[in-house]
Amino acid sequence: MSDHDHDHHHDHDHSELSETQLRVRALETVLTEKGYVDPAALDLLIETYEKKVGPRNGARVVARAWADLAFRARLFNDATPAIAEIGYAGRQGEHIVALENTPKLHNMVVCTLCSCYPWPVLGLPPVWYKSAPYRSRAVADPRSVLADFGVTLSNDTEIRIWDSTAEIRYLVVPMRPAGTEGWSEEKLAELVTRDSMIGTGLPKSPKEIAK
Amino acid sequence: MNGGQDLGGTHGHGPVKPEPNEPVFHGEWEKRAFALTLAMGMPGGWNIDMSRFARENRPPAEYLSMTYYQIWFAALVTLLKERGLAADDEIVAGHSLHPPKPVKRILSPGDVAKMLHRGGPTERDTNTAAAFKPGDRVRTKNINPLTHTRLPRYVRGHVGTIERVNGCHVFPDSNSTGAGENPQWLYTVRFDGRELWGAGSDPTIRVSIDAWEPYLEAV
Repeated sequence: MSDHDHDHHHDHDHSELSETQLRVRALETVLTEKGYVDPAALDLLIETYEKKVGPRNGARVVARAWADLAFRARLFNDATPAIAEIGYAGRQGEHIVALENTPKLHNMVVCTLCSCYPWPVLGLPPVWYKSAPYRSRAVADPRSVLADFGVTLSNDTEIRIWDSTAEIRYLVVPMRPAGTEGWSEEKLAELVTRDSMIGTGLPKSPKEIAK
Repeated sequence: MNGGQDLGGTHGHGPVKPEPNEPVFHGEWEKRAFALTLAMGMPGGWNIDMSRFARENRPPAEYLSMTYYQIWFAALVTLLKERGLAADDEIVAGHSLHPPKPVKRILSPGDVAKMLHRGGPTERDTNTAAAFKPGDRVRTKNINPLTHTRLPRYVRGHVGTIERVNGCHVFPDSNSTGAGENPQWLYTVRFDGRELWGAGSDPTIRVSIDAWEPYLEAV
């Protein structure tokens, strides 16, 4: 949460970071020696969220919702089992609700109290999602937050903010870009960005991925 | 608690700064702090609401000056020390100096995928009836507990509309203190932006929170 770009904080932050690095290493050794953790399990946890679980999962869900109307209906009716059909489930995604963007309604997700985020479909949250600027302003002035992301919506679009204060996790399903008729789910998934599934971005256009 | 974590509607934090091509972790220590936190849940015996309270329960200036994994790590140390599972002298020494306390189970590599897939569902069976239904008008209570709550300050005392009934869920205000799960009906409550931020605010904004029944009263 600290702003590492402030020069006058730099040395301070740097030494604090080294201190944290040493303390984390020390604690891992203590807990391993006591037999409370198995370092191989730690490696596996890290590998899971670095390599396997990430926003490509959510992109597949959104692409299917664009391409398959029966799936789309199941997703908006009860997202958790619909998403489990594709194989994504579990920790921090036990109760998922899918949110439908329309020309008149734009959904955006935040956790003002901590960092709640739908891990099975989006992976671990980016730093900005957990930061004070996003958590403070998303609920009060979402248009200015969207401007930070370079996104402008028309003035009559309703902006609907979902503050994840319980264990319900929200996945935004953005609108399918024009000019994608007949595309396969695999190709559609390339258009789906992480931020478009949080509500701070829009999907790519067919032109952008053709480059 | 009305701590540094309760950020909705506060001012002065500056712009949101997305990082292009952001890595999942920034440095090795973040990976280890993350994995230690997840792995210690099983032998540690605390629940997610106790973890969240351990993270937020610090001076706001400290909370706001720490990175997110620094907060996670500090909370992990707090929880371990509270339960006598690790001590400061051991963290300074970088070695176990005291006999380990017996723990029920530890996380083995073979259990990682199972544990993550199972997760921690919070919905519970109930034989009580929900007090509210979609469309009902409700007011959030003005509560200011020193302990953990999931009712943010910016919605307290405001009138909204029940949008969804999400079933009966573990109540963090009880679960975080060790008082038990005490499951309560959970609702999505939608507020008009002007109700929260005043008549001059953007009329196109609607904000919802997920609120347990004890946070709400009929209007």
